[in-house]
Amino acid sequence: MQIVFPVILTLSLIFFAFSCYRRLSLVTMGTWTGRMDRPFQRIADTLVYAIGQKRVMKRVFGLNHVVIFWAFLVLVLANGEFLVQKMVPSLSFANLPGPLYLLLLFSFDICSLAALVAVGVAALRRAVSPPFEEARTVEAYFILSMIAVLMVAYFVMHGAEIALGSQPAGLYAPVSLMTAKILLSAGMGTHLATVAAFAWWIHAVALLSFMNFLPYSKHMHILTAIPNVFFRSIEKPNTQPREEFVPYGVFGADSVEKLSWKDLLDSFSCTECGRCQDSCPGVATGKALNPRLLVHSIKMNLLAANSRTGTAGSLIGTGEERVKEEALWNCTSCGACMEACPVFIEHLPKVVKMRRHLVEMEAKFPEELLNLFENMEQRSNPWGMAPSERSKWSANLDVMPFEQGQAEYLLFVGCAGAFDARSKQVTVALTKVLDAAGVSYGVLGKEEKCCGESVRRLGNEYLFEKMALESVQQFQSKGVQKVITQCPHCFNTLKNDFRQYGLELQVVHHSELIDDLMKQGKLKPVQSTGEERVVVHDSCYLGRHNGVFDAPREVIRQATGAAPVEFGRKGENAFCCGAGGGRMWLEEHEGTPINVNRVKEAVATNASTVCVSCPFCMTMFEDGLKAIDGTTVRVKDIAEVVAEAI
Amino acid sequence: MLAIACIKQVPDTTQVQIDPVTNTLIRDGIPFIINPYDAHALEESLRLKDSHGFKAVALSMGPPNAEATLRKAIALGVDRAVLLSDRVFGGADTLSTSNVLSAAIKKLSESDEIGIVFCGKQTIDGDTAQVGPGIAVRLGFSQLTLVDRILAIDTEAKTIRVRRKLEGRYEIVEARLPAMITVVRELNRPRYPTVPMRLRSVNGELEVWGNSELKLDTATVGLKGSPTCVSRIFSPERTKGEILGDGMGDPIGAAHLLLDRLIGGDLLAV
Ligand code: SF4
Ligand code: SF4
Repeated sequence: MQIVFPVILTLSLIFFAFSCYRRLSLVTMGTWTGRMDRPFQRIADTLVYAIGQKRVMKRVFGLNHVVIFWAFLVLVLANGEFLVQKMVPSLSFANLPGPLYLLLLFSFDICSLAALVAVGVAALRRAVSPPFEEARTVEAYFILSMIAVLMVAYFVMHGAEIALGSQPAGLYAPVSLMTAKILLSAGMGTHLATVAAFAWWIHAVALLSFMNFLPYSKHMHILTAIPNVFFRSIEKPNTQPREEFVPYGVFGADSVEKLSWKDLLDSFSCTECGRCQDSCPGVATGKALNPRLLVHSIKMNLLAANSRTGTAGSLIGTGEERVKEEALWNCTSCGACMEACPVFIEHLPKVVKMRRHLVEMEAKFPEELLNLFENMEQRSNPWGMAPSERSKWSANLDVMPFEQGQAEYLLFVGCAGAFDARSKQVTVALTKVLDAAGVSYGVLGKEEKCCGESVRRLGNEYLFEKMALESVQQFQSKGVQKVITQCPHCFNTLKNDFRQYGLELQVVHHSELIDDLMKQGKLKPVQSTGEERVVVHDSCYLGRHNGVFDAPREVIRQATGAAPVEFGRKGENAFCCGAGGGRMWLEEHEGTPINVNRVKEAVATNASTVCVSCPFCMTMFEDGLKAIDGTTVRVKDIAEVVAEAI
Repeated sequence: MLAIACIKQVPDTTQVQIDPVTNTLIRDGIPFIINPYDAHALEESLRLKDSHGFKAVALSMGPPNAEATLRKAIALGVDRAVLLSDRVFGGADTLSTSNVLSAAIKKLSESDEIGIVFCGKQTIDGDTAQVGPGIAVRLGFSQLTLVDRILAIDTEAKTIRVRRKLEGRYEIVEARLPAMITVVRELNRPRYPTVPMRLRSVNGELEVWGNSELKLDTATVGLKGSPTCVSRIFSPERTKGEILGDGMGDPIGAAHLLLDRLIGGDLLAV
């Protein structure tokens, strides 16, 4: 044994290192992206989210994972000692100062028990109510039983030592002590040495096999999840990187080589917890899209790629190694998947990169988009309306054109606010509120152009670039600094996308501004009798993507005299209306309508009014409500709720 | 064999307004687009390139800034793009336009056999639908107007069979090549350019021909060759109709007003 084990150990370690190298070197196939800015913040985040498991704990069963994770951290020490001590007996914790050794012994014993119980719970959960149906894999049960075997072998090994009297500190290892008693009462007294040796080997084999199995399983995340959190995008992934339009360039991604190394590391870090798919509106309504499988396909494609010749197969198509085209178009870019993912995998940037490939390299997209793209390019609005119609909403109003020095804010009306019949009412209501509060603002009128948000999320970066450059130039020449938007999509683009073009604007969404005006006492709503039950819907681009959750709630409370009713899926877990990511302009052929799913949830809250703060949500709710028989629920924009109270 | 698409750059007429004083189109700041019907003509020539190995050519007569439209055609994949631009071509009506286009097509036929000339059924700025037939007559090509489907092309036997979309009926006709075809929108869905093609089109080769290339009698081109004269352009006055109530502010009230009027005037079919 003195010779056999070191050989096995060395071979195992070599094989493990080789496996890790082979798998992780695949990540270098990706393109470069810098992820080392703000290193201290990264370390702090890693402590909170990886070591502290903050996001893992957000779901009930996450606690079980936390137990296993922390037990593992402690047991890494125990197992390290286990492996070296056989060869170098002096490297033993027993040689540490007494109290420290006893503390370690106690922690190892308790942690092993905790881990054993937790894997039991995990196995039971997987059998009774798995996170998703396909989660009951042989691999999952195999891993869980490996961990259980490790723990049981640990107890038997130490129990036998205690029973033999070779472990005098047995009292400090209560579970092992109990195992000793069981062994003795089972009449194993005469075979204790053999039992100990046998358990030792079981433990050794289980440990080394577990280690060598890791790189080939979803438990690869044990190795990659912590670095993945470290390298996460610190800013919310609410914008998309620019592309450089040089002749003979390639745009977007249709293979793993065109994704970034971080995209590829993401794919190895997926724990297959299924949380992203639980939050995805596409999955909830029976579409081809599944964010977990999207990440999985990238991993399978990467594994199939030959890293030495550097050739990877197409990433878009059918089969386990490819993402379906429909799935890419199903995404509403709501970001719920990224918010749910415990290891900060970024799904949306991958979707947009693949859309870019389809649009820019192949000109392949759902046919509805042809008109959209042409309208945007020719007339700078999604409907292809004549730009001269843009100011019709204010025909009977006294709205000032924006002039630098004359007006504090630019009111960026947005295409919906200017052209859509329902949203025009919102714009009018908003001007009423702004006037009542004495806000100094002006508009661009017919000169306003679409911000291009949908086009960018749809992957037509070339067109977006053209539109963005025009708008940025216009803003700069007019000296615009502060902007009010009533559309979270304009809000996000003006605030986060235009920054990439050197334009730093102070952008406020109308809900934030109204909240401020109320706090400053400039708007004093006459609260209604409180008969209205208002349920508040968080728009993805205001809430999840930009962190504005409180302002709309506070405004409703002030305007109606009562805190708003809440959806079950609210705040950062809010369910999308279905219009984001350019889906506003696409037909919804597959599955059930996303907006109806959300509208039903609204009706179930018994609210009389749904309060939205986005023109796209407005359209989706208005349309969705038509599908519900006999409902009297109404949709209002937050500006309308306030306008009624002043 | 060539599949030529005659395309015209037109002002985006949804954005054009008429100056009430001078009765002319206010074109300032109005973006130009490819005549929408011509986009389908262009698409069909590209489809024949893909399916039958035709060489696709985009041909346009216009001022130098019409280059933008031809660049778009290059981005979409035409093999040749020719701009017919010359001061003497300016101010043309449909007759002199047909003269110039026909001469250019004849010149193209010096190096390649002409298969089909596609035109949009009409332009959105002139709405005459005369240039396509004008070319056919001048060149002695088969004339197939208002085509919504190409059923068969035989490049060996030099025949083509198409469906024409007429009012209330379809007509299937066969003709000999070369043919001039005017197309309606139902014929196809125009493609969208890929970005690499767009980027390349910026420096793609564009041929510009003036009258020194076409050598036409200047009395047959441009303003001089145009017997048509436009005496007045105006928007027709609205003689009937009125706006009831305030649909924006009080939609329910407006609906009531409308119903009262309809019922009162006994205008509802029951
Ligand atoms: S962004 Fe939203 S729709 Fe897209 S995959 Fe994620 S959860 Fe699904
Ligand atoms: S991508 Fe994230 S949330 Fe989705 S299954 Fe993988 S680890 Fe879980």
